[in-house]
Amino acid sequence: MRRRFQSITNKLPAIISMGILLALWHFLCITKVVPDFMLPSPKAVAIAFYEDLDLILEHAGVTLTEAFYGLLIGILFAFVIATVMERWNVMYQAFYPIMIVTQTIPTIAIAPLLVLWMGFGMEPKVTLVAITTFFPVAVGLLDGYKSVDCDYIHLMRSMGASRYRIFVNVKLPGALPHFFSGLKVSTSYAVVGAVISEWLGGFEGLGVYMTRVKKAYAFDRMFAVILFIVVISLLLMLLVNLMKTICMPWIRMEKRREK
Amino acid sequence: MIVLKAENITKAYDGVKVIHNINMHLKKGEIVSLLGVSGVGKTTLFHILSGLFEPDEGRVMLNGEDITGKSGKISYMQQKDLLLPHKKIIDNVSMPCVIKGMKKKEARKKVELLFRQFGLEGCEYKYPSQLSGGMRQRAAFLRTYVSSNGVALLDEPFSALDTLTKSSMHKWYLNMMDQIEMGTLFITHDIHEAIHLSDRIYVLGGKPGIIKGEICIEQEKPRKEEFEFSKEYAEYKRQIVDALTAQA
Repeated sequence: MRRRFQSITNKLPAIISMGILLALWHFLCITKVVPDFMLPSPKAVAIAFYEDLDLILEHAGVTLTEAFYGLLIGILFAFVIATVMERWNVMYQAFYPIMIVTQTIPTIAIAPLLVLWMGFGMEPKVTLVAITTFFPVAVGLLDGYKSVDCDYIHLMRSMGASRYRIFVNVKLPGALPHFFSGLKVSTSYAVVGAVISEWLGGFEGLGVYMTRVKKAYAFDRMFAVILFIVVISLLLMLLVNLMKTICMPWIRMEKRREK
Repeated sequence: MIVLKAENITKAYDGVKVIHNINMHLKKGEIVSLLGVSGVGKTTLFHILSGLFEPDEGRVMLNGEDITGKSGKISYMQQKDLLLPHKKIIDNVSMPCVIKGMKKKEARKKVELLFRQFGLEGCEYKYPSQLSGGMRQRAAFLRTYVSSNGVALLDEPFSALDTLTKSSMHKWYLNMMDQIEMGTLFITHDIHEAIHLSDRIYVLGGKPGIIKGEICIEQEKPRKEEFEFSKEYAEYKRQIVDALTAQA
């Protein structure tokens, strides 16, 4: 009971600040400080969302599919590359600078190129999502592998463990918290990456919906879909947290003991 | 019967000798401590004995077999318990068996019976974070025993524990050693701990580290509390301090 109460009080500041933000938004709209066409009221946004819900959900299905496949490919590549880089230092020296360089190229600049090379289908979107989600997971895994206490490795070696056993029993589990931190960031990037690539060319998806409502000057619908993307991203991050709790039950025990 | 023997072990890092011409041995069921100030090369010596590092000169013999540079032959317990946080205690303890090729289920079955003997009954399916410092140390010691070939190296096994837990662990350790007859060589900084637990003490000192003295504690174990206030105790302590402070 006490723990539940503490959990509610911990969330209270966030709830209050969001409430204040919403109230401020409403106040700006009713006092006409910002004109309606530039900033629709929260009520108008809610109505627009309700009216277009079916359409938004239909487009969201496409965006989420692209985000899912892109994220999956990004994670797989990140895992392979990070593991290879960890195993052979020469690979780390060769690939790490390239990895950093890829992150300095703005997503918005690559998206049209990908559309040009791959067409208006799902491929360029999935590719863009894979590129944007690869980096946080790869860096997370690399940091995780490197953060493992070398005494654990000495211990395993003194038991006669092979490199593979050391990797599976020590390095990989040790890197999991870092992996999930990276995955959390990547998940939010995945949805945003998919929307951006749809924006720059495509037939369906939330990005396409956004460009259409923008051209129609339907800013209430634009705001509705922005908020919807925020909610989706938050839910996905929550899902990552849930996965982390399931995959790492010992962390839960540690936290319980600390309390 | 001598089970472990180090012969003329010398090791240097970047041209600087850390230990020089170390000769020592360990008999079956014997408790021998290695005393020395920080940075004298005790851990380096343990890394060599356990096969993690190869010496520049000398060799390590286990039951007459040359095991120099071969890991997995002697079990090694480090200062921290190093229980893998993501594995349950039973899986941590049975890990040496799994590494040697045993199936997880078989390995669990093999070690399960030892939990009661080591005072760890009921802890089998807990995570390390759910245990106290003393219990974790017991689990680490059990894992060391499981992987030992009758010989174990313990690197400051009790130094991370508080005074009360340390005292109860000393009693528990002597009791266990009486039952399992495993020869152990352990590093300590604590002169009292060395006199209290050991059959023999090697004093390592100087730069590079050499054996400065070998002291036999001829007192029956477990040693009574009065022993601490006896003339013999004071004499052993003086010999150790003399060896530690002696010039090369």
